[in-house]
Amino acid sequence: MLEQIAEQIPLFFGYHNVIFILQAAGRTLGMTFAGCSVGFAFGFLIAVLRQTTGPVLFLPRLLGIAYVEIFRRIPFLVILFIVLFVIEPLMPGTSLFGIATVSVCLLSTAFLSEIIRSGLESVPMQQIEGAKVLNLNGLQTLFMVILPQSWKVILPPAAAFVVMFIKDTSLASQLGVIEMTFAGEMLVNRGFSPVLGFGVVLVCYFAMSYPLSRLAIRLEKRLEAS
Amino acid sequence: MDYTFQFSVVFRELPYLLGGALVTLQIAFVTFWCGAFIGVFGAVAKVYGGRFSRRVASSYVTFFTNTPALVQIFLLYYALPDAGILLSSMTAVLIGLTLNAGAYLTEILRAGVISVRRSEIDAATALGMSLLQIVVNVMLPHIARTIYAPLSNFFIWLVLGSSMAALFGVEELTGRAINISTANLRTIETFMVVAVIYVVLTVLASASLALVGRVAFRVRAKVF
Amino acid sequence: MKHLEIRGLSSAYGSVRVLRDVSLDAGKGEVVSLIGPSGSGKSTLLRVLIGLTPPTAGEVSIAGEKVNYRNRRSVKAVRDRMSIVFQQYNLFQNMTVLRNVTVAPIKIKKRPRAEAEEDAMSLLERVGMAERKDAYPDELSGGQQQRVAIARALATNPEILLLDEVTSALDPERVNEVLDTIRALTSEGITMLIVSHEMAFVREVSTRIAMMDEGRIVECGSPARIFDSPTKARTRDFVSKILKH
Repeated sequence: MLEQIAEQIPLFFGYHNVIFILQAAGRTLGMTFAGCSVGFAFGFLIAVLRQTTGPVLFLPRLLGIAYVEIFRRIPFLVILFIVLFVIEPLMPGTSLFGIATVSVCLLSTAFLSEIIRSGLESVPMQQIEGAKVLNLNGLQTLFMVILPQSWKVILPPAAAFVVMFIKDTSLASQLGVIEMTFAGEMLVNRGFSPVLGFGVVLVCYFAMSYPLSRLAIRLEKRLEAS
Repeated sequence: MDYTFQFSVVFRELPYLLGGALVTLQIAFVTFWCGAFIGVFGAVAKVYGGRFSRRVASSYVTFFTNTPALVQIFLLYYALPDAGILLSSMTAVLIGLTLNAGAYLTEILRAGVISVRRSEIDAATALGMSLLQIVVNVMLPHIARTIYAPLSNFFIWLVLGSSMAALFGVEELTGRAINISTANLRTIETFMVVAVIYVVLTVLASASLALVGRVAFRVRAKVF
Repeated sequence: MKHLEIRGLSSAYGSVRVLRDVSLDAGKGEVVSLIGPSGSGKSTLLRVLIGLTPPTAGEVSIAGEKVNYRNRRSVKAVRDRMSIVFQQYNLFQNMTVLRNVTVAPIKIKKRPRAEAEEDAMSLLERVGMAERKDAYPDELSGGQQQRVAIARALATNPEILLLDEVTSALDPERVNEVLDTIRALTSEGITMLIVSHEMAFVREVSTRIAMMDEGRIVECGSPARIFDSPTKARTRDFVSKILKH
């Protein structure tokens, strides 16, 4: 078995394969970051919505809560299937990459919303009352007082969440998105040894995830100290 | 585009799906406890271990938390036969998820172990407690309260994460959903029903875990 | 016409009635202090006046204009004319001292930055914090933060200043620097409502003192009357207990 691997290594790391793997890694990162960025924006909106009071926004608030609670309790794989089969007939021609990215969005919105909410709620009431009595309006209070003080609570778990999603996007391979995992499967199907194929894929994931998770830990320590 | 939802064909299969939910829970349960077993050793090694065992435990955690469980299982399932070890799909999934859970649980348990303050152990020693008494009366209750909520969340994570077993042909909830939808061609309806089952399943699990936590460890865990 | 008039004001948290039928007024430039045991409703009264806690009954008017606490515009107008300093210095932790003082003049009163900063500097000069203008709140002692908070409250040129136990959270040796700052303000024609446990200070600076208990004003009068010859047993009891220390 080892001989076979040793034999295959030069061929495996040929020019076209390396480009193929790098493109796949790019798709993995692309899905993750595009999905999580949009998820962060929507999650932020829901988190802010949940801070409002009064009857005017009652229904949107309720929908926001329902969305977060439901989507945090559905496996990514199931969401992928639903999005695939809803979007395909509605918008034929949507790329599988697009479909997977939308799925990442749907899920990351729910999780990031919770992370952002706990950040916003970590700012003491006194700060908000201080802003109120100076006549700052809701948005001014949010952007000038609350948000600048909640980053240190939001960023470390948000970064950790993105790291987790780099790995979770491996499930998109089952849709046929040629990301890291599917690239590995394809190479194995072309006759390369599974140890080599999937081993390299694992190393690639590690190379993408590890620096970011270190960054998340560093961020947590830095922000905790300040 | 016109599409008429037709749930009746899915509802007919509800008992079959619920049976799958049971398999899902079993997978989550087995991997949780086996993972916890690994986690205890990992945590103890990381906190009290010598240089070598600390290294081993850290490398294990770093590797498994930075690579996807799916690819780990692929490797187990497709590569081990080359070495003459043939695993059934269920076994490969269980081993893969357990190794993964062990890594995360090491971190959770470690946080619990280091949450015990030196002063409390000193106080217990000053009261004349034996080591066993200290562990049982002082350390364990404290650790339990610290880690209960993250442990509950992790169990939920395993319930959802076990869905990847379907990709290896294991007939748990998602696997059975795939089976049904290929037969009835009502994919959207099938997966919507399955999504609801997952939501109900995890809400029930969170609620009962919160209840147990409140009664047994005086933990105020939130269901939502 | 009184500058600040409070008639029959009541407020409740749920079923707990924290203010019951409070009436009080203050002339322009008067310094009225509220004393009484904790939980007697002093702080709640100030919170109702600035629109942080809703009243359940009664009315408040400023210079003859009635305030409608259910109306946002009206509450905004009140906060335009009235400032409050809290017990827990609510300086914005993410802003420097100078920014804390200028944020309302620039963002709310729409004054040019240079002008607002100039005024802020002279206010900081007055509270003795000018040289720390670039510091962040967590780099300052409690007393220093509270002096900055006073400067921030004055930056919007309020006619009425509410001081809510501004020295209660301070180390004992920091109390005097803050009291000195307030003392210097009492001669400037700002109407003040002070909630404080510093009895000697209250007696010295107040034109009138109101004794509160269980959400009611028990007795109101000159400092000499409240401290030396109170008519109500509850006031006598409270004053004698406090002055013994």
